[in-house]
Amino acid sequence: MYSVNYHRAASVADAAKLVKNGDAKLLSGGMTLIPAMKTRLAAPSDLVDLSRIKDLQGVKVSGKTVTIGAATTHYDVANDQKLQKACPALAHLASLIGDPAVRHKGTIGGSIANNDPAADYPAALLALGATIVTNKREITADKFFKGLFETALKDGEIVTAVSFTAPAKAAYEKFRNPASRYAIVGVFVVKGKDGVSVAVTGAGDDGVFRSKEIEAALAKTFDAASLNGVKVPAKNLMSDIHASSDYRASLIAVMAKRAVAAANA
Amino acid sequence: MGIEGVGARVARKEDKRFITGAGRYVDDMVVPGMKHAAFVRSPHAHAQIKKIDVKKAQAMPGVIGVLTGKELKADGIGNLICGWMIHSKDGSPMKMGAWSPLAFDKVRYVGDAVVIVVAETKGQARDAAEAVEITYKELKAVVEATKALEKGAPQIHPEADNNLIFDWEIGDAKATDAAIKAAAHVTRMKIVNNRLVPNAMEPRAALGHYDKADDHYTCWTTSQNPHVARLVMSAFYNVAPENKLRVIAPDVGGGFGSKIYIYPEEIVCLWASKKTGVPVKWVADRTESFLTDAHGRDHVSTVEMAFDTNNRITGFKVDTIANLGAYMSLFSSCVPTYLYATLLSGQYDIPTIHANVRTVYTNTAPVDAYRGAGRPEATYLLERTMEAAARELGVSPAELRRKNFITTFPHQTPVIMNYDAGDYGASLDAAMNVSDYAGFAKRKAAAAKQGKLRGIGMSCYIEACGIAPSAAVGSLGAGVGLWESAEVRVNAVGTIEVLTGSHSHGQGHETTFAQLVNQRFGVPIDSVSIVHGDTDKVQMGMGTYGSRSGAVGMSAISKALDKVEAKAKKIAAHLLEADEGDIVIENGALKVAGTDKNVPWFQVALAAYTAHNLPAGMEPGLKETAFYDPSNFTFPAGCYICEVEIDPETGTTEIVQFVAADDFGNIINPMIVEGQVHGGIAQGIGQALLEGAHYDASGQLLTASYMDYTMPRAGDLPSFKVSTSNTPCPGNPLGIKGCGEAGAIGSPPAVINAITDAIGIADIAMPASPSTVWAAIRAAKH
Amino acid sequence: MSDVSLMVNGRRVSGVAEDRTLLVHFLRDNLGLTGTHVGCDTSQCGACVVHVDGKAVKSCTMLAVQASGSSVVTIEGLANGADLHPVQAAFKEHHGLQCGFCTPGMIMTATDMISRHPEGLDEATVRAELEGNICRCTGYHNIVKAILAASKTMAKASKGKAKQAA
Repeated sequence: MYSVNYHRAASVADAAKLVKNGDAKLLSGGMTLIPAMKTRLAAPSDLVDLSRIKDLQGVKVSGKTVTIGAATTHYDVANDQKLQKACPALAHLASLIGDPAVRHKGTIGGSIANNDPAADYPAALLALGATIVTNKREITADKFFKGLFETALKDGEIVTAVSFTAPAKAAYEKFRNPASRYAIVGVFVVKGKDGVSVAVTGAGDDGVFRSKEIEAALAKTFDAASLNGVKVPAKNLMSDIHASSDYRASLIAVMAKRAVAAANA
Repeated sequence: MGIEGVGARVARKEDKRFITGAGRYVDDMVVPGMKHAAFVRSPHAHAQIKKIDVKKAQAMPGVIGVLTGKELKADGIGNLICGWMIHSKDGSPMKMGAWSPLAFDKVRYVGDAVVIVVAETKGQARDAAEAVEITYKELKAVVEATKALEKGAPQIHPEADNNLIFDWEIGDAKATDAAIKAAAHVTRMKIVNNRLVPNAMEPRAALGHYDKADDHYTCWTTSQNPHVARLVMSAFYNVAPENKLRVIAPDVGGGFGSKIYIYPEEIVCLWASKKTGVPVKWVADRTESFLTDAHGRDHVSTVEMAFDTNNRITGFKVDTIANLGAYMSLFSSCVPTYLYATLLSGQYDIPTIHANVRTVYTNTAPVDAYRGAGRPEATYLLERTMEAAARELGVSPAELRRKNFITTFPHQTPVIMNYDAGDYGASLDAAMNVSDYAGFAKRKAAAAKQGKLRGIGMSCYIEACGIAPSAAVGSLGAGVGLWESAEVRVNAVGTIEVLTGSHSHGQGHETTFAQLVNQRFGVPIDSVSIVHGDTDKVQMGMGTYGSRSGAVGMSAISKALDKVEAKAKKIAAHLLEADEGDIVIENGALKVAGTDKNVPWFQVALAAYTAHNLPAGMEPGLKETAFYDPSNFTFPAGCYICEVEIDPETGTTEIVQFVAADDFGNIINPMIVEGQVHGGIAQGIGQALLEGAHYDASGQLLTASYMDYTMPRAGDLPSFKVSTSNTPCPGNPLGIKGCGEAGAIGSPPAVINAITDAIGIADIAMPASPSTVWAAIRAAKH
Repeated sequence: MSDVSLMVNGRRVSGVAEDRTLLVHFLRDNLGLTGTHVGCDTSQCGACVVHVDGKAVKSCTMLAVQASGSSVVTIEGLANGADLHPVQAAFKEHHGLQCGFCTPGMIMTATDMISRHPEGLDEATVRAELEGNICRCTGYHNIVKAILAASKTMAKASKGKAKQAA
């Protein structure tokens, strides 16, 4: 790791000020940023730690509206009883991220701001039509996630929360990379008042995306059987030593089917 | 057997420090004034070094020294060597290319060490390492052994034309060809044994300390054999003569073969300590380990197995190309030859065998022994071929094996080995019973109803352990003898220290070796200390690998105990005024047999040291040394049965049952033996399902961290059903065969036989990852 | 450079460290608590697991200064004097370790796991919860056995305590 200057932010406003230092980066759980710094792939001059800002932590559910503070850990998302009732699929998703020690530190805000193409949360937020709240504005998920490790965030802009309307039905199915345990394919399906939406992570060569083929097949009947014989094109899917694009395409259909079955269960 | 004696399930003495965080590994060592090293390594697989500029790096904060290969050569430090001479079939010696601990003219794989930087902190050393400017001229690289042999392939060492190190054979080519020609059936296969990275959880580390006042060096290193390290660093690398070099291998966090060898880093840290005047510590990070630890396996073979009309094997012919990487590592040459082709008879009575082995340089990490070393490769060939043959012949895989088993001992194979004892049918029966082999068809049908593919596969392995009779290996090219030594020191109060040349890095020697002493003298194991891992303490030793610590290391202890016992009996006889021949040891006392006359153990010890009343002419003291050189290898064997269930939609393989029935000869501590088998099986399943080192065509290692190299995790494995049915080994005083490698040797073919059975295909590449299995299922459908 | 002040194994400690110092290195190099190990660079092997403010975390993926003000328990702080923690005792009894290098992280993960599952553990849960801890020696067989046994022992002990309290 290169030398770095650490700052602990007392508030979001404080963080916004501190992040103007040099080539500063925001630090939340650090589960991606610190490994990247250790291998010297990331070299920020300064780190602004958001993890102790109380305002950024916790899950709120009011009616159908769910709001999750950006610095809420995966562990707290997975184990929040209100969320387990309002949107069990998202709590379940959080319980599948990394391992127990990673979930104790990693946060939802950190994960989405990083937008790793194999991360789990982006699929959920895209499928849920969530809103990403920053210290400056609100951004819808479809505008927020922009390709590999790219988001709509401007320099120094801080994610403070995500919010969404709890859907009637939802589920997430993840097929792990056997080595890294990130998603090779993760499919989040939602049946809400605006219809069906299906988002896929781990597979797209430009990051998280919605699968038109799966959504079309489910539009009439939200049933696993509706996906029999549905083919997802391998075009624009990633290919690496762990999974070819053909394999990923096949897995998308399989995981979607299992997710729909789980959502209906 | 007493409660702490041979055969008892005794909890380990050494555990206390490990479970409380008090283990002492190399990285835990601190020497006053110690500084930290980082190595600058080649980013290219093959390149000429045009220029090395260290000026900027030298000026960085905290930097104490930046040293290059030219300076190292100028100080007379020698090249790394391979210590086992193999001759090609044309009589020419193997072609050993020069391997300088720091490359100065050419780099030959990604990770090749070029410069060492010593600085106040590890962070500063790394900062400065980045500032070293090296100009390379890149050359074309080759990573696959078969391609390295092709005409026009990049030439890696000037000594080895077309990268061929040796072209070696064993067995009778003519007779084997004739058997194949005359056969009623021939099974032919092309078999790849995938390259693995050993991945001991403790990364390699070295701490070199040069003491100017005494002109003496100390090296703390992650070694399975500190005495071998001292010998090699003295005799070949000119670091220091043996009497001025102390090598300490303290607690070592796993080895699996990868910590046998003497690597550039420990040599360079010792040399750099003298150059810079400070103790120098280097600890690998995981990616450095992936890049530079000796890898394992990486064979490509074709086989032909001939059968007569009665389904008896009449001949076995093997042609193997083995990838040895960029340089010949310390024992690399014996792995694909004498540890491999000599096991090609397996458990079967095969009248004629011929194997041809070509070893090849490539622009990849050096390849050497990894758990099993050659024997997993041999077993994989045989057991995959037997399975394929059974399917082709339409007979039960179990019965085809049973029909061809060797049943009388000793048995001379056509490939050197003389098997001394075994009962292969007993292991097969045990494994089939425990696995409910007969009930498999029902389970398969039930799985099919759930949309799952269920398969079963077996593997009957044999290995040669107890490495090794010195004269025999000497005649085959070994540069060292493979005996072991022990010293037993009985203290004046009767407590005992056993100094052993074996090294424990997980095997539990501190407990099992003490159990042997308890068995012999009745001394509680808490009163027995096992001393190992320090060349200044332990007289001599050859270390731990090849499942040798029980069969060879404990045999040496046993011999030293014999001498102690003989002297103790003389003293007791003198004290009891009895005949020496009438003295027996029982319950911690020396007794006159058949009487109640006795003298407690501690009093005999005390008498030996007070020397007030010893037999006339006897030297005081009770301390004996012994060297043990085995007369033969030992031959652990067994049968493994694996049952899998495959999800055809995702290609995921679940191991639903894994049964191991082994014959390890006599057992000292069944709990520890089971643990060894569990760990070996996990590594074997890892090879079959999960692990594979993967280089791209330019020689970059794509699997250089746990993000891409799949380590077996708890969720990938089931609980194992292990048992033993033992035939004592007649070749050593304790009847021990060895158990450290069996799991890794026997399990890969069992897993792959099960997967190919489930899918109904002839072969599948290892690792049979979900994507590979999914593709195989798809290909089988079309 | 920053001041780092922590409560480690019940003892207040402080020191000055570069901001880039990882918690694991602060524990090992500044405090001499070498029981916590580093086995990988990618936060996957779990040899470095300690408890920070009561939760298992990977001390190789946290800066020491980030942890400043927190309470840390390492493998050295688990036993109660000469009495081993039930998880430590179970690892010994069931041969849940060989080379010992992954063991401190395994034990710290196991104690955290058991405390998060007061309802008890089964084999599948233990194996899934060990996702972030890699062992190369044992094949996990005896680690799983040890954790299940410790979980039972601890449940009994806490029931016993509850009874006493009642």
